[in-house]
Amino acid sequence: MITRFEVNETNKMIEHDNLDVRTITLGISLLDCCDNDLDVLNEKIYKKITETAKDLVSTGKDIERDFGIPIVNKRISVTPIALVGASACKTPEDFVTIAKTLDRAAKTVGVNFIGGYSALVSKGMTTADENLMRSIPQALKETEFVCSSINVGSTKTGLNMDAVRLMGEIVIETAELTKENDCIGCAKLVIFCNAPDDNPFMAGAFHGVTEADAIINVGVSGPGVVKSALERVRGENFEVLCETIKKTAFKITRVGQLVAQEASSRLGIPFGIIDLSLAPTPAVGDSVAEILEEIGLERVGAPGTTAALAMLNDQVKKGGVMASSYVGGLSGAFIPVSEDQGMIDSVLAGALTLEKLEAMTCVCSVGLDMIAIPGDTTASTISGIIADEAAIGMINQKTTAVRLIPVIGKGVGESVEFGGLLGHAPIMPVNQFSCEKFVSRTGRIPAPIHSFKN
Amino acid sequence: MDKVIISVVGKDTVGIIAAICTYLAKHNGNILDISQTIVKEYFNMLMIIDGSKMDVTFGELVESLDKIGEELGMSIKCQREEIFTKMHRI
Repeated sequence: MITRFEVNETNKMIEHDNLDVRTITLGISLLDCCDNDLDVLNEKIYKKITETAKDLVSTGKDIERDFGIPIVNKRISVTPIALVGASACKTPEDFVTIAKTLDRAAKTVGVNFIGGYSALVSKGMTTADENLMRSIPQALKETEFVCSSINVGSTKTGLNMDAVRLMGEIVIETAELTKENDCIGCAKLVIFCNAPDDNPFMAGAFHGVTEADAIINVGVSGPGVVKSALERVRGENFEVLCETIKKTAFKITRVGQLVAQEASSRLGIPFGIIDLSLAPTPAVGDSVAEILEEIGLERVGAPGTTAALAMLNDQVKKGGVMASSYVGGLSGAFIPVSEDQGMIDSVLAGALTLEKLEAMTCVCSVGLDMIAIPGDTTASTISGIIADEAAIGMINQKTTAVRLIPVIGKGVGESVEFGGLLGHAPIMPVNQFSCEKFVSRTGRIPAPIHSFKN
Repeated sequence: MDKVIISVVGKDTVGIIAAICTYLAKHNGNILDISQTIVKEYFNMLMIIDGSKMDVTFGELVESLDKIGEELGMSIKCQREEIFTKMHRI
């Protein structure tokens, strides 16, 4: 029988430590919507999404009520649109119409983001892929809820440097077109290496082509719970520290697993995976940076940060894996700057730089995330940063990503406010030396060798 | 609706258990276990209910208990048991 202590512990996690299920993401395949006629295609997409997801939001709310656990977001991911629209879309403008359809469908069913305005170009770009990529700035300007992601490389294929170069330009153009809204378009655009097919987290979620017709993926959260648990073992050795993180991660993940199974059975849609991520929010006490500080760093960015993060990430996985029958997605600790008050404070204190963040991404998911940079940063510099981050993913066989926001008209020392879960960010300095000649080279960086690991 | 956990926290007052039990009895909710403590005037109670024969939906139960809680000035939380068993039992 459950004891009062256990009930109180769970409810304390929810009420005081911000334990929540971050997202239930419904993946929907749009491959059966393909059509040569753009209008027909748009209609089919709208119909498929609104029919499949019609009960998603209400079911999410019912589960919240039944278990007393907040489910912060209900979202949808769809098949990469570059594939779905390939035969109907002849120009970037044609793709924008699909973005608007996705936005309209998202509004109809009441979700707050829809991901999958994507192209997978890790080895090469089709005409459709390139048209979709060129349509991103306009698509993100004209829609509210659509999220876009591009996979520019993988361990198996190497890096598509033509796509990397193009995406540097697209990021700048997206910032320009959405500069009236603090360049918010860039907060909804992720450039991946080794993108997973089943990621429930935005902005990088898409429904991979290896997936079933529809699937439920759940992203858990709970940095506040881990921090609170670690406060109780201050000064203890690494064994105690690691055990505490594992046990806490197990408990958090079990809640995610329960919610995923309930959602799956109530919606009649198969359960895909749990994403074991510590996902921070701008709220105080819901921060990955604060966990690292609790582990013993004065500020995130101090020497020892990479080691502490590596340990945290690994223990979260070890604890979480046993709690769920299927684990996937990004699974790790997220280190977005604007969405984590502790990260913001570290940047403001001068402790955390772009270079240190890059080092941190070698040992955790996912990458350089939600980082505001000066608006006068060149496209080639952004491409260089994307290439660096993608190379880390390619060589280390992990997912890495870049979500940078060049804030047009602003420079280092200023800050930008996105609002809500996206938070606010101080603008960070970028290395001023040029990589123009490097990123101007055409072609690919070949796939890496899988032996002689050093 | 199978097993339901009702947890009540707030400043101690007369008739907390009576109010909740009266409502449960009226709607055929069977109390399987009940425990309570009072620490520094603060009342903390846990109740495990078999709700399988209740004549109200879970939503209605939550709503009614919220209302009773408001009247008593207490926080009454009503959750399905699985969230606790999943988290604390392997």
